[in-house]
Amino acid sequence: MQTLIERPRLARMFRLQWEPVQQAHVLLYPEGMVKLNLSAAEILLRCDGIHAVAQIVTQLEMAFSTQGLEAEVYAFIVDARERGWLV
Amino acid sequence: MSERAPPLWLLAELTYRCPLHCVFCYNPVDYAARPQELTTAQWIDVLRQGRQLGAAQLGFSGGEPLMRDDLALLVAEGHRLGYYTNLITSGVGLNEARLVALKEAGLDHIQLSFQDSSREMNDFLSSTKTFGLKLKVAELIKRYDYPMVLNVVLHRYNLDHVERIIEMALAMGVDYLELANTQYYGWGLLNRAQLMPTLAQLRKAESVVEAWRAKVGARLRILFVVPDYFEERPKACMNGWGAVFLAVAADGAALPCHAARTIPDMVFPNVTQSGLRDIWYDSEAFNRFRGDAWMKEPCQSCPEKERDFGGCRCQALALTGAAENADPACAKSPHHVELRAIVRAAHATQGASQPMVFRSDANSRKLSRR
Repeated sequence: MQTLIERPRLARMFRLQWEPVQQAHVLLYPEGMVKLNLSAAEILLRCDGIHAVAQIVTQLEMAFSTQGLEAEVYAFIVDARERGWLV
Repeated sequence: MSERAPPLWLLAELTYRCPLHCVFCYNPVDYAARPQELTTAQWIDVLRQGRQLGAAQLGFSGGEPLMRDDLALLVAEGHRLGYYTNLITSGVGLNEARLVALKEAGLDHIQLSFQDSSREMNDFLSSTKTFGLKLKVAELIKRYDYPMVLNVVLHRYNLDHVERIIEMALAMGVDYLELANTQYYGWGLLNRAQLMPTLAQLRKAESVVEAWRAKVGARLRILFVVPDYFEERPKACMNGWGAVFLAVAADGAALPCHAARTIPDMVFPNVTQSGLRDIWYDSEAFNRFRGDAWMKEPCQSCPEKERDFGGCRCQALALTGAAENADPACAKSPHHVELRAIVRAAHATQGASQPMVFRSDANSRKLSRR
């Protein structure tokens, strides 16, 4: 099990962008593309290498007027790191 | 008819010109009969139309795309439009000045091909002296901090070198290593008997790859594309005909797959005559193998048809004589047994020094007249 990154950011070969035709955010990388669901996109958009994971959780909870997102966000970030999306 | 989604992948095969002469090239063997190329303005128009349709990945390939002097200009336009831009290259012609120009144009990624980990085999298979040059190019690509994919096409002559190829990739610091067993199209099909590996070679290479994956983890991601002549189920070719992939050949022909031009009774629309939207959604060529109405048995009643779409149309044509048939890579195909016979025959003739046919303009002209 890998430890959590403190201030996650996208790995350099990935690019996150909004695709109007697909009405979704996508993650682009060499010769590939992942269509992101809403929560994945909202988390990744905040992984800027500046904010800590705890701050990202707070941002999301404020943005969506909700509580208790911590476990979901941590799990996603661990998974995204294993996929090589985040460093 | 299945739901029609937009294309996601636009492949611009800028030119069929190439300084290499690889024996496994998938380009059409009669490419010399089609020397005309789209102009810069025509390519820019294609890129704009593709982006409007929804394509997000843009590949520049060929032939060798560096043969086009306007490459950086086209990359800049692709970048400006919001594509993720991929350069698929042999590296020949990629000097520091061009690499800087491409970086400034916004190129996102470079896929560099090597033929082998050894100078001798690399230079033999490409019929050039390019190994040293490619090593220098790999070093330059890293120095300019591009994400880099190293692509090596595998076959009988280099499958046993997989370990050294992985070590070479690690030493180069590449991000992905694509070990792609030869797909038998174009020049590869012509040289199939020579290139065909043995099952023992394949299994050994697979186990070497597995061991290295475990050892290096995320430091180097290794893709191993299996050769479908040794499989029981066909590949989901192109993720389905006209599903996500749109190639535009050097002369402007729009193709649902690189090898589609081998299907003789098909007319492919040309971007100089039709808009990309009409081509993608309404042309006969792109609709011909969409959905499953075109399928015959055993595909029509197969529970896996939604997953593999009956395999590859071009391979079905090449090996069974009809593009509508099941890809014989599938064990359910009545032609599947013939695949085994092809493999056996290849091994039987390999001892008998049948000459390889290198991809060259002269050979292509000869093959065009047949």
